[in-house]
Amino acid sequence: MTSMTVDNSLALPEGYWTRTRKAGLIMVLLGLIAAVYLTAIVPNEPARFFLGETTAASGASFSINGKVGTLIFGLLTIACGALLILTNKRFGLYVGLGLAFFVVAALIWQIAETGGQVPLSSLSKITMEKSLPLIFGAIAGVLCERSGVVNVAIEGQLLTGAFFAALFGTMVGSQWFGLVAAAIGGALISLILAWLAIRFLVDQVVIGVVLNALALGLTGFFYEQVMREDTKSFNSPGLLPVWTVPGLSEIPIIGPALFKGTILTYAALLLVVAATVALFRTRWGLRTRAVGEHPAAADTVGIKVLGLRYVNVMIAGLVAGFGGAYFSMVTASSFTKNITGGLGFIALAAMIFGRWHPVGAFLAAIFFGFSSALSSLLQAIQSPIPSDFLAMLPYVATIFAVAGLVGRSRAPAADGKPYVKG
Amino acid sequence: MLFQHEVHIALEATLRLELRGITKRFGDLVANDDISLTVEPGEIHALLGENGAGKSTLMNVLYGLLQPDSGEILVDGKAIKIKGPGDAIAAGIGMVHQHFMLVPVFTVAENVMLGAEPAKAGFLNHAAASDLVRTVSLKYGLPLDPDAIIEDLPIGIQQRVEIVKALTRNVDLLILDEPTAVLTPQETDELLGVMRGLRDAGKSIVFITHKLREVKAVADRITVIRRGKVVGSAEPTAPESELAELMVGRSVVLEVPKQTSEPGAAVLKVSGLVVADDRRHRAVDGVDLEVRAGEVLGIAGVQGNGQTELVEAIMGLRPSLTGSVTLSGQDITGWATRRVLRAGVGYVPEDRSVDGLVKEFSLAENLVLDLYDTEPFGNRFALNPRAINEAAQGRVEEFDIRSQSEQQPVGSLSGGNQQKVIVAREMSRPLKLFIASQPTRGVDVGSIEFIHRRIVAERDVGSAVLVVSSELDEVVALADRIAVMYRGRILAVVPPNTPRETLGLLMAGITPEADS
Amino acid sequence: MSDEQHPIPEPSPDKGPAHAEAGRPYLTTEKPGKHRGDPTLWDNFKKEFYADNTFTVTLFAIVLALIFGGILMIIGDADTRAQWGYFFYQPLKTLEASWDLVSKAYTDMFKGAVVNPDTVNRWYWDMTTWQQVFRPISETLTNAAPLILTGLAVAIPFRAGLFNIGGQGQAIMGAIGGGTVGILLKLPAPIVILLAILAGALLGGLWGLLVGVLKAKTGAHEVIVTIMLNYIALYFLFWYIRQAAIDDPNRSELISKPVPDSSIFPKLIDPALRVNLGILLALLVAAGVAWLLKRGTFGFELRAVGYNPNAAGTAGIKVGWTLALTMGLAGALAGLGGTTMVLGTAGNLTGEVVGQIGFNGILVALLGRVKPWGVVGAGLLFGALQAGGAAMQTFSGISNELVTAIQAMIVIFVAAPLLVKAVFRLRKSPSAAASAALAKG
Repeated sequence: MTSMTVDNSLALPEGYWTRTRKAGLIMVLLGLIAAVYLTAIVPNEPARFFLGETTAASGASFSINGKVGTLIFGLLTIACGALLILTNKRFGLYVGLGLAFFVVAALIWQIAETGGQVPLSSLSKITMEKSLPLIFGAIAGVLCERSGVVNVAIEGQLLTGAFFAALFGTMVGSQWFGLVAAAIGGALISLILAWLAIRFLVDQVVIGVVLNALALGLTGFFYEQVMREDTKSFNSPGLLPVWTVPGLSEIPIIGPALFKGTILTYAALLLVVAATVALFRTRWGLRTRAVGEHPAAADTVGIKVLGLRYVNVMIAGLVAGFGGAYFSMVTASSFTKNITGGLGFIALAAMIFGRWHPVGAFLAAIFFGFSSALSSLLQAIQSPIPSDFLAMLPYVATIFAVAGLVGRSRAPAADGKPYVKG
Repeated sequence: MLFQHEVHIALEATLRLELRGITKRFGDLVANDDISLTVEPGEIHALLGENGAGKSTLMNVLYGLLQPDSGEILVDGKAIKIKGPGDAIAAGIGMVHQHFMLVPVFTVAENVMLGAEPAKAGFLNHAAASDLVRTVSLKYGLPLDPDAIIEDLPIGIQQRVEIVKALTRNVDLLILDEPTAVLTPQETDELLGVMRGLRDAGKSIVFITHKLREVKAVADRITVIRRGKVVGSAEPTAPESELAELMVGRSVVLEVPKQTSEPGAAVLKVSGLVVADDRRHRAVDGVDLEVRAGEVLGIAGVQGNGQTELVEAIMGLRPSLTGSVTLSGQDITGWATRRVLRAGVGYVPEDRSVDGLVKEFSLAENLVLDLYDTEPFGNRFALNPRAINEAAQGRVEEFDIRSQSEQQPVGSLSGGNQQKVIVAREMSRPLKLFIASQPTRGVDVGSIEFIHRRIVAERDVGSAVLVVSSELDEVVALADRIAVMYRGRILAVVPPNTPRETLGLLMAGITPEADS
Repeated sequence: MSDEQHPIPEPSPDKGPAHAEAGRPYLTTEKPGKHRGDPTLWDNFKKEFYADNTFTVTLFAIVLALIFGGILMIIGDADTRAQWGYFFYQPLKTLEASWDLVSKAYTDMFKGAVVNPDTVNRWYWDMTTWQQVFRPISETLTNAAPLILTGLAVAIPFRAGLFNIGGQGQAIMGAIGGGTVGILLKLPAPIVILLAILAGALLGGLWGLLVGVLKAKTGAHEVIVTIMLNYIALYFLFWYIRQAAIDDPNRSELISKPVPDSSIFPKLIDPALRVNLGILLALLVAAGVAWLLKRGTFGFELRAVGYNPNAAGTAGIKVGWTLALTMGLAGALAGLGGTTMVLGTAGNLTGEVVGQIGFNGILVALLGRVKPWGVVGAGLLFGALQAGGAAMQTFSGISNELVTAIQAMIVIFVAAPLLVKAVFRLRKSPSAAASAALAKG
């Protein structure tokens, strides 16, 4: 049986400019922009950062001279690019670091320029808050799509979750019941998605899009018809209590973001870990991935392909619906029409950007949340950078990701393909 | 009892399988018609039949992937219901599918354990799975690396994973569906050895194939299926001609009547061509080739040795890395497909339903898929349906395409008639070169003859013809010269009367001079 | 199981999974050739029956959605809901109250969308103008025009195997193009309008072309790219309106200077009725698309690529180019839809200038079974629902949002024809070949 060994000499060399090295080149260019251009135009003023959540003069803070700051962080960005080019390794790490350094350089420039004040803890707290619904939505997408069912209905699941949380939370008079209802609401959308996509083989993207419209119409109708008429009995679930972890929440910068939040904050962090472990360490996860990659192979070893897909789509609905409670019980204390405002689609983008991996989806959600927080910050310090362009960032980044310009993300092989035996 | 139990282990379990009156219909189509069959314990039972005879359907019924309309399955004399592959495995039946049922991005161990995962409270035990792979693969002499990713493995090893996967489930009867289709002759011989070893270990094997040589080499008993029915059974000692006749229903003459060729000037010249496949491996690794006017050059070789990529590169469907392609002295390297076609090249792709036809389009539309925007069929802006239909009627007649009307969707035609549509389309332009990949795959015998005669006729009017086929018989029957392709290279160009043994060795990469 | 399903084909141009063919019987290949005569009367009947069936399913889907809509109204109305609490004491009264509520709402809807008999009556007695009689129809047509255009922008790519969710973004870019020309250009009205239409189509077209080029060059999935481009276009619009040349200095909210009256699309019937050039434009475009798909050379390429990109490419059709051009064309049509919104009804650029026409266009295309005239029909229906919905909100006090839900439900039922057939016990369609009706039309 020796003749079957593979001879890898047939593999073609990739050429010097691999994806990683190209990314390195971009990093170097960004770094040059920061170190040369920004350093040239930034005023010779200090940029002051506050560690706490406020900008009270008494709070702990540090400041750095604008020119020095942009130069240092520009050079750091260049260093990351150079490492990428030289080593051709650790793509994710160095690209992430390089981008982070560049953002810091740009921030220093803006702060020195406007004399604005930046409370870092508050920035990270806002980032976490803006990321929350994205984390739930994106992981719901991962759970669904890993089993081979495309979930474009995340938006509808979030919206229905938000609606159910407010409606039933108020009617029963218990926020906890509202949370359960939110999960059920998301699962209801999932049920229709699963039923039509799996049982009736309706195109999954089509049905997802239509379900979003349905969720928008139904919740909008009942909002205007019922909730708005009698807010007190139908639409005042109130804000969820904030739980502070003593000690940990005092950690500068990240403490308030991670350890001073509602149940949703902790649930989101737990969810990332749980989803990762479940997908890659358990029997259910192995089967889910098999069904998403090659359903016929799973079928031939006795795995119930359709049953597993039903289960996963329903779990996704529960997760997204639960996350929907964020809109009506965390950032606001009531539901309004179209309260999700398209964040479900950013969650979808986060899932793709995160390459259908829970941790990746989490990081992408944080990145998108950060760009959103940054956009409000720049607006607050009256930066001349138009916030609209910053708001586009997640979407542009996602297009780059799917176009393979910055590393292609590959969907599960059977994603979106209905499975028919035989 | 204890004693019996031990014997049981030593000899391995044995299983006697009986199928009684299995019938399976797809709409009007009877794929299996009252098939009865018995597989004795510890025998290799060959199921012989042409493509589409209904062998795979029968085995999918047995394995629970399809439900029979009538008939019953008995294991050790007891009738059982097989509702899904899980039931089949539980009954001791395993299957190695023609298209491997392996998840490409999983490791060997993950694929092997899938569906029967060693786990504690739902958490996988990877170490136990790897151990199991090692144990079973050592026991049966099928070495495997449990941590290798499937998509990085060559086809032969992937097949080994499939066999090991079945064996880890303690099956006593193994169905092998066309297992040699993707193997070189040497790999095939190894597989036949493995099959004998499994039989000696007490396993029963159902061996599905349409290749007579392999059946004779390894089978203990042979059942022949034709058009969904059992048409007879035979001993492996029966002469090949008799088996062949049973298989196709009449004596097959795979000889194509033709005169000796009188080749003219070279039409197609390929030199130093290097082409990458989808995985960025060198599928074509420096090919030099010449096809002259008025001759048929046949390319023989086991599937997957670069034939597909070679032809696609010539046609402009795939970029070439280095080397050149010339057509009658004109360099056509890197030309767009349309330009190549319109320079006088006809092309029958190897997979008609993927690359050849738009199944939802009508017969008439498919016949002008290449020329729809040229007069008289249309111009840059509009089509001329009348001209398209009139031309179609002519082609239908000329190429004996059996259909209800030229407006019929081409997908509703039989495979042979679909293939004739492609041949008709590609022969409707003035040609210098005609390229046919697997021109008769999955086609009925009548259409095979027709297509072969047209190919020879094309040669006789002075076109250069390049035929690529993994059926050695077809290449031998059609070609004036045979080029044998192995791992991206042309190993030799030999006359068609070269002994088959020599051709077989060449296909396995062994040149006579080099010896083995 | 598989025989009775109605899958929409996978629009991805990738080769299907290799195992799809495994175990399929090839027995047909071995049958002696079938020489059949002309189609029999029965064959023709079956064909008719199926054609009828498509219509039947659509009709029943609408009926079913309206029934569900009625149930929603009952749940949503506080008084009726309360009345249901007494169902066992006053069953008749409960049903009567429910019926009154629903029938009044749908009657108001009809009055707002088609014709109001009261108005006809009043006009007869000279109590109102004839324009009032035509107002409902005028509103329906006004609403339908952009929907038909964005519906076509989804339908055309669908035929090429692409799912264009980007109608919204393309419409926004079209609105920007058309709006800019309308606001800034000081030329005679016909020239401005013509240039505005061209600019709208051009900008929308480029926005669509970008998707097609990315798809062709990198394989980026058009569904994802179009979703993202929708939001990019929206934020671009927000930014764009605030630019000095466009922004209305007299108003604090996000709104542009108004388009001068002379550059607004001319009204078709009467200045008092809103129906305008837009609907003519939409019908003209629909006719053009119908011709293109049936008789046009590009339509042939587009359909071939949609059904089987591999075979199309092997026969010499430039697949990437066809995909790019298809998306460009679709974008241009959606852009026209956006232009129709600015110059037809809105009169200036705002953040919500195109409303939801891009998203509703998806529903319109699906309901119209991605056929050009089907899209026109669906666009008219949706236009009527929206015109009627506004009337219903005014006169019955039932939220207009109900229309969004009804529209979505209609499309769900149309997309799952088996469901409708099961509910209404329709006979199963005898023709298996026609199964992919929704996708292939």
